[in-house]
Amino acid sequence: MNTILVVAELANEKLAMAGLEQLALARRLAPTGTVIALLLGADKAMAEALIARGADQVVLGTRKAFDGYNSDGWTACAAAIAREHAVTLVLAAHTPRGADLAPRLAFRLNAGCATGCVGVEQKDGTLHFTRASHGGNVRETLRFETECVVATVRAGVYDALPADTTRTGEIVALDTAPASRIRIIERQREDSGAQRLEDARVIVAGGRGLNGPEGFKVLEPLAEALGGAVGASRVPCDLGWCSHAMQIGLTGKTVTPELYIAVGISGASHHLAGCGNAKTIVAINTDADAAIFREAKFGVVGDYAKVVPALTVAIKALPSL
Amino acid sequence: MHIAVCIKYIPDPEAAFSMFSIDEQAKKVIPASGLKHVVSPFDEQAIEAALRVREQHAGTRITVITLGNELSRNALKHGLAMGADDGVLLADAAFEDGDAYTTAITLAAALKKLGAIDLVLTGRQAADGDTGVVGAGIGELLNLPVLTFAKSIAVDGKAVRVERVLDDGGEIVEADLPAVVTVSNEIGAPRAASLRETMRAARKPVVVWNASDLGLEANAVGAAGSRAVRECVFAPSKSVQCEIIEASSPEAQGAQLAQRLREARVL
Ligand SMILES: Cc1cc2nc3c(=O)[nH]c(=O)nc-3n(C[C@H](O)[C@H](O)[C@H](O)COP(=O)(O)OP(=O)(O)OC[C@H]3O[C@@H](n4cnc5c(N)ncnc54)[C@H](O)[C@@H]3O)c2cc1C
Repeated sequence: MNTILVVAELANEKLAMAGLEQLALARRLAPTGTVIALLLGADKAMAEALIARGADQVVLGTRKAFDGYNSDGWTACAAAIAREHAVTLVLAAHTPRGADLAPRLAFRLNAGCATGCVGVEQKDGTLHFTRASHGGNVRETLRFETECVVATVRAGVYDALPADTTRTGEIVALDTAPASRIRIIERQREDSGAQRLEDARVIVAGGRGLNGPEGFKVLEPLAEALGGAVGASRVPCDLGWCSHAMQIGLTGKTVTPELYIAVGISGASHHLAGCGNAKTIVAINTDADAAIFREAKFGVVGDYAKVVPALTVAIKALPSL
Repeated sequence: MHIAVCIKYIPDPEAAFSMFSIDEQAKKVIPASGLKHVVSPFDEQAIEAALRVREQHAGTRITVITLGNELSRNALKHGLAMGADDGVLLADAAFEDGDAYTTAITLAAALKKLGAIDLVLTGRQAADGDTGVVGAGIGELLNLPVLTFAKSIAVDGKAVRVERVLDDGGEIVEADLPAVVTVSNEIGAPRAASLRETMRAARKPVVVWNASDLGLEANAVGAAGSRAVRECVFAPSKSVQCEIIEASSPEAQGAQLAQRLREARVL
């Protein structure tokens, strides 16, 4: 029977949602097989939470031994488990850590590698991986002629299973980290205190159309009124108008909020690769022909500097439900 | 110090996608015939990163390497015009239609043939396939540490120090040379080719190696050696109908939008 390994990540000292989504996918692909989760630098309560969400076994690296992500150490741990259990599929989130780990692990295991998947399906006993290419404009479905495949999956493609605390599983502790050629000199945590974009139900995102860093000051009250977070297209990040951690898109974050308000964003496929799965997209843009209007459910053709403050006032004035 | 930068020549990734067509039969994405080709943007930034390292370490040699057909010679020309010292073109009919796996195998063999490389740079991913596998693959095949998503690179004695971009901030990591580093857009805009370097570029050496030059069997590379089997290629479907909010003024549009979002139960 199949054994699948899921590499779980932490975000803000909590289990990241993406890992729980991969567990649900693993369970779906191996309903009677074994699902092992690798959880490094965490504690027992988190390991138990993974079992409640679908893992049969959790390999738990202690906080002391695994202080944050290290490419070499994580690759070695995942490779050892994959070999020991003849794992046929390794799943990780398509995040900077997952995208760092997956290809290295694949080469180490002589496995196939599919990054940025938006679907993994079993057909006639073979796994099919659908992924985006060409900046999100194309989908390709791949299979591999290897014993094992390592895949990263974009956030929000699969729903996590509800926690079932009656599920049982084994927790195996790892208290020494493998040797690493990579030395971590400094970690810079961006602690805005604000909501993580990955978890936000509402995102107000700004693009080049904000015309400068001050534009984000116009977006913040709107995000606040909606209980949401502020994100960005790549351009304002590259121009230094806002932090790189706010970048949404192909090489930025993948977000799946209920409501995504794109302000002064043209709607390039590279940007939509990170937000196209939002439930409702609203676009505010001066150019009626902007591509973003082809993705949006609601659109306003107009200058954000006037539209956004009015929208903020009107939202605050809505009677509560 | 010797830096090798692996670069790919691709159809302009910022061109409107209407300039491409999807051939479902051949399972390929076909660029329009006139579409301009460019060095994949992250790879161009990897060249820029190499040039910045050289500014700190005089005497550094920068070799640009590309796997592709004769057309890809233009990628090398661009790298040389930006300031690289020499180029390697990996061209062979046997290399065609490979995947990220065979690309990594081929590039790793070329790096081995080049000899003592201190630093291998690539872009974080090629902007056509968007896989982001090759740099890490080269590192594994050559048994080198891999530092991904660099926003700055500094070489100090026998170690390379990299500032990495993460989703919750960043980190500074270090590894002994030789090492592989993949470069992200946060490193900043690449320099334009200067007239002087462009003139000099024509005289810089470019060697061409095929599979047998690299000691690779034809069935280990290209389509024959690929691990990925492409089942199908298609365009994602879009079915959103946009309701444009019309009102007499921007202020009224804002108010009207809030109203419609409430009526549609989005808020
Ligand atoms: C390989 C690769 C990877 C990439 N990865 C990403 C990624 O991860 N994320 C990402 O976002 N991009 C990414 N990009 C860049 C992407 O292709 C686009 O260039 C980028 O998303 C455009 O950003 P923008 O919409 O903010 O700017 P623009 O395309 O310049 O659009 C600005 C918009 O603002 C509108 N506007 C101007 N003034 C106003 C105003 N006063 N009020 C309202 N609207 C106004 C304009 O009409 C225009 O539509 C990538 C590109 C490449 C090649």
